[in-house]
Amino acid sequence: MLEVNGLNVGFRDGRGVKEVLRDVSLRVEDGEFVSIIGPSGSGKTTLFSVIGGLLSPSSGEVRIGGRETTGETGHVAYMPQQASLLPWLTVAGNIEQSLVIAGAEKGSARKDALAWLARIGLAEYAGAYPHVLSGGMQQRVSFLRALLSPQPLMLLDEPFGALDALTRAEMQKWLLSIWEENRRSVLLVTHSIEEALYLSDRIIVLSASPAEIRDEIIVPFERPRREELWEDARFNALKGRIYRHLQTSGRKEQPHG
Amino acid sequence: MGNKKSLWSRVWPPAVALGALLACWQAAVSFSLVEEWVIPSPAGVVREAFSANVWPRLTEHTGATVGLAMIGFAGGSAAGFGLAALLHLLPGVRRGVYPLLILSQNVPIVILAPIMTMLFGYGLLPKALLVMLVCFFPVCIAMLGGLSGTDEGLRHYMRMIGSGKWTLFWRLELPSAVQSLFSGLKIAASYSVLSATFAEMLAPKTGLGGYMVLSTRGFMPERAFASAILIIMISLALFGLIALAERLVIRWRPEKGETKRHAGG
Ligand SMILES: Nc1ncnc2c1ncn2[C@@H]1O[C@H](COP(=O)(O)OP(=O)(O)OP(=O)(O)O)[C@@H](O)[C@H]1O
Ligand SMILES: [Mg+2]
Repeated sequence: MLEVNGLNVGFRDGRGVKEVLRDVSLRVEDGEFVSIIGPSGSGKTTLFSVIGGLLSPSSGEVRIGGRETTGETGHVAYMPQQASLLPWLTVAGNIEQSLVIAGAEKGSARKDALAWLARIGLAEYAGAYPHVLSGGMQQRVSFLRALLSPQPLMLLDEPFGALDALTRAEMQKWLLSIWEENRRSVLLVTHSIEEALYLSDRIIVLSASPAEIRDEIIVPFERPRREELWEDARFNALKGRIYRHLQTSGRKEQPHG
Repeated sequence: MGNKKSLWSRVWPPAVALGALLACWQAAVSFSLVEEWVIPSPAGVVREAFSANVWPRLTEHTGATVGLAMIGFAGGSAAGFGLAALLHLLPGVRRGVYPLLILSQNVPIVILAPIMTMLFGYGLLPKALLVMLVCFFPVCIAMLGGLSGTDEGLRHYMRMIGSGKWTLFWRLELPSAVQSLFSGLKIAASYSVLSATFAEMLAPKTGLGGYMVLSTRGFMPERAFASAILIIMISLALFGLIALAERLVIRWRPEKGETKRHAGG
């Protein structure tokens, strides 16, 4: 589905070029749920910008669905770090507009939006403006917007980062239940090791800036996932393995301040 | 929601204050603290305004002033809006023009009035051009500010899902700028009446500005005051109209005290 080969990305700053991604290669298969985990500021959003085509890498290529799409936008469904609902559109209007921009037909976009809002229990908010929604509800709408987009690959950038622990756990369960029905190809960025283990088929661990791939972990738990995953001994072993990677890459960062 | 009760509670204190002021003014004249031919009494002004030979002229001049202000306001705002959109879509040109626009804010545009008259004579054209010019700048600058002040997180999102420059403009930047646009329009609305009456004063034939000048020259303070009051009323009405339009257009605004939830990202 997605193939990223040898990406190098840098930003020009005052003194020169700041390297953000170093030789990053990864794949997401059809219907696979892959998580990327890495320290804050390591370049995860930047990686998404490159995959989404907003940012051209200094070298490397992005292929989506077998075709090279480096520097081309419009090939991904995207859920950003902030809910990013347009304040002047209603909840249903937000979903509809995003789907139309992503290439859906207007009438079916509206119908899908209303049907799915009802399905996730937000039917009564379809005509409301986003500011009346709680943070968790906004994220649900934002997720729906990505889920309903016609593009088969979904990029989720720390979708639950801004939520409190309880809402977050609830949202993970919710996302998982929807995803297990649909099996879209997903690339998820997260800070949370538990979240990555609970949701994904495979986990890619990034180092601190400049981001390199540290490790790749195949998550062995069968689907549908049980909620009590943390009781499994393998869960804790994997958690320890990822944790050590993040710790060492964190230490590497310290001398630079 | 600003319900009727709270609206009423906001309206009556200034209304009472205004009434008291008028009463004092009336009393001052009635008890001859000031001479009636220096400052007329409110009652005198009203009596004169509604007298048979003044009222028709007042309505005629009011019509002329309103017309001039509206033409200038509409033309100037449209031009300001258009140029702002154009500059926004052509960043290279914008870099050259924007500093000049900002500088022009410090130029009192009404000083161009005599030049306009010199170039275009005494008809409607020079006056309308002046009002347009005055209204143009605040709208253009507010609109440009609004367009470029679009939330970066929203812009990133819209581009990620595949919006081109054009979609970005219509679906994101323009709606984000509506609030700023209305601030500009409100300023332009008050400026339009101000500059319209000023233009009329230079060639005192039509309009309340002209009528006011002729009344003062003819030493008829009641008529001058009546014109002044009408000018103020036009100005307030135009401002109110824009504020009303704003409320109708911007229905999504969070209630007071609630902040916008979108942070940059
Ligand atoms: N447009 C830009 N210009 C210059 N530097 C940038 C730009 N965008 C990102 N960076 C830098 O690139 C690095 C990676 O940023 P990025 O937002 O990708 O990190 P992240 O992993 O998503 O962080 P977080 O987990 O906090 O969201 C940061 O050091 C940031 O300062
Ligand atoms: Mg990020």
